[in-house]
Amino acid sequence: MNFDFSEEQVMLRDSVARYIQDDYDFDTRNKVVASDEGFSRENWQTFAELGWLSIPFAEENGGFGGSPVDLMLIMEQLGRGLIAEPFIPTVLLFGGLVEAAGSEAQKEALLPAVIGGELQGAFAYLERKTRFDLDAIETTATGSGDSYTLSGEKTVVFNGASADKLVVSALSDGGVSLFLVDASAGGVSRTSYRMMDGQVVANITLDGAAGELLGEAGKALPIIEQVVDNVTLAISAEAVGIMGRLNEVTVEYARTREQFGVAIGTFQALQHRMVDNFMAFEQAKSLLYRAICDRLEGKADARRSLHALKTMVDRSGKHIGAESIQLHGGMGVTEEMSVGHYARRLMMINTIFGNGDYHQQKFSELSYGEKAQEAPAAPRAVDAA
Amino acid sequence: MDTSFSAEDLAFRDEVREFFATEWNDEVIQGLSHPDTFREAMTAWHQKLYNKGWAAPNWPEEHGGPGWTSTQKYIFDYERAAAGAQSLMPFGLQMVGPVIFNFGNDEQKQRFLPKILEGTQWWCQGYSEPGAGSDLAALKTKAERDGDHYVINGAKIWTSYAQLADYIFCLVRTSSEGKKQEGISFLLIDMKSEGIKVNPIHTIDGHHTLNETEFNDVRVPVENLIGEENKGWTYAKALLAHERTGIANVSDSQRNLAQVVELASNEMQGGKPLIEDASFQRRVSDIEIELMALEYTELRVLASVATGGAPGPESSLLKIKGTEIQQAVQELRMEVAGYYQGVSVPEGGENLSGHDFGDYARYRYMYGRAATIYGGSNEVQKNIIAKAVLGLG
Repeated sequence: MNFDFSEEQVMLRDSVARYIQDDYDFDTRNKVVASDEGFSRENWQTFAELGWLSIPFAEENGGFGGSPVDLMLIMEQLGRGLIAEPFIPTVLLFGGLVEAAGSEAQKEALLPAVIGGELQGAFAYLERKTRFDLDAIETTATGSGDSYTLSGEKTVVFNGASADKLVVSALSDGGVSLFLVDASAGGVSRTSYRMMDGQVVANITLDGAAGELLGEAGKALPIIEQVVDNVTLAISAEAVGIMGRLNEVTVEYARTREQFGVAIGTFQALQHRMVDNFMAFEQAKSLLYRAICDRLEGKADARRSLHALKTMVDRSGKHIGAESIQLHGGMGVTEEMSVGHYARRLMMINTIFGNGDYHQQKFSELSYGEKAQEAPAAPRAVDAA
Repeated sequence: MDTSFSAEDLAFRDEVREFFATEWNDEVIQGLSHPDTFREAMTAWHQKLYNKGWAAPNWPEEHGGPGWTSTQKYIFDYERAAAGAQSLMPFGLQMVGPVIFNFGNDEQKQRFLPKILEGTQWWCQGYSEPGAGSDLAALKTKAERDGDHYVINGAKIWTSYAQLADYIFCLVRTSSEGKKQEGISFLLIDMKSEGIKVNPIHTIDGHHTLNETEFNDVRVPVENLIGEENKGWTYAKALLAHERTGIANVSDSQRNLAQVVELASNEMQGGKPLIEDASFQRRVSDIEIELMALEYTELRVLASVATGGAPGPESSLLKIKGTEIQQAVQELRMEVAGYYQGVSVPEGGENLSGHDFGDYARYRYMYGRAATIYGGSNEVQKNIIAKAVLGLG
């Protein structure tokens, strides 16, 4: 048993950390976010050159063949730097779905462009009536074989405004299917707006837009879930990175801010709050490691670990976000300080692919009561081996 | 990163599982459940483990430890708890033993370690005093040199099992100069010495494990001093960090939580088992998710200890979270027990309520309050983390 990282993994982590330190401070980041697209195409090219965009893809698809641990290390750093570039929508969601569901021809046509930084992508899944259930959609696709047309409306499409290509979920052939849609094609219209973390998203209306089937018709749900699980792990790692950074920023502030003639970090009432934040972070990190190891090692408990992780990321994220603001006093509620920005990103992450309540309920269903008795969960790591 | 188990680990797991399945039996459980037979039964249980070479998982091999990897230690404790088997008494094995093999001299090692290992010599801990709780270094029990002896005067409190112990390891004041931490020494004292008096303290669970232990002109040979005079605080601190890692009690909490889930499957509410109630499930999962995290937090600490790190201030985190979870499970067991938590069963008597776990739930809950207080209260642990981890002055 070990929780060590390989030399290559340490190098990868440090390269992202160094980039953030040298080229992506808080002010720079805010300028990037304030731009029209909400991210920088130039930075994106840099990410491509540094090889980050290739990490999760298999070697046979031109990728680095990275493990969930490699991805975790990158995501933690992206969280710490509050990186605005659309790594999740383009690389993990769009690229992930193409890699998981696409034909050889589709992968060859799209993945090199994603890895090279030339193509922006998005996954359009959410609709007005969808909450967290991925199959609760009304967009339909009609047709067969090479020719489908899609109709419906997708909301809050991450990177939807900048994407060249979309993967769209729609009902067809008796189930959920995935389609590749050109963002500039006829019948596609986009309205963009911003989310609380500054990212630009879009509502996308499909009115008889042409779609190319990605994967098997009517049978996409398991593939979507598999990719969403990967992304849930990745954004949880981003959240853990944010929590760690928030704690550092807050402790540093408490050591320098003086009131009553002393640093406020000398007050026990505040120290204990910071210790609670530290413990919340360590516990979230432990569940992140657990969920990643369970997935990596194919343990029977992997699903429960993932639900547990997303639940804790929600609870700890809210706790640390709110406490960091509180510990900064009045300054905590200003845009000038980074804490509020980190807290908003954490809140955004909480909503993505299911909030804490949603995942905790799924966790309970697998663990207790009738459903649990049908397929008993392995209570602990030893039994899941 | 790798938490998978090797074929050897799995074979080891099966061996340990088999051992507990056969050796942790009704005879042992019966013996341990009565105060009059407790020491005898615990010693017999200890010797079953000793005969396997498994009594002291954390001891170095040269002193009789099994030389297990951290994975094996984890598996062992997990299987022990899963079988519902009790841990051995910690005072010798986990507390004074490591102090003796780390800081004692050869004569002390030969004199004490074998008996601690085989479970024939019982120990208790003389740290806290009526006037020195969280502020342990304020202790006043005095040791004055008189020829080849120290003469001890003072009182220790919360001395668990002092009524059964053969020896007590004590922090005593040998100097009042300098900082208060600097005049403390670590002494091993025979409980049969003249001038020792053990006064029982009855606790809110209705049992007796705690005591106040008085010392009136107790003469202790100087060869019972550990290490150097006035350096006892350093030795004690090392011990406290060890005490705190064990204190997380992850395996036992897992077992207890699983038991609560099982009990809640048999209690009906609103026409269905309590375990199917959504708000109850929420309470269970709140605890289980924290516990799943703590299991890995502990593994992370163990892994770092295995690669040369000492259990440092992060063991305070294990103590805080471990005891909070322990209490949360105890509270939940009380909720499941409902009315029956109130049933008071006389010693050796029968529980007539049809809910045997009711009074057990209560005394675990009541005595369980102590967990966030002993070993350095959780608030003191937070002070330690604030200072040593976060660097807050």
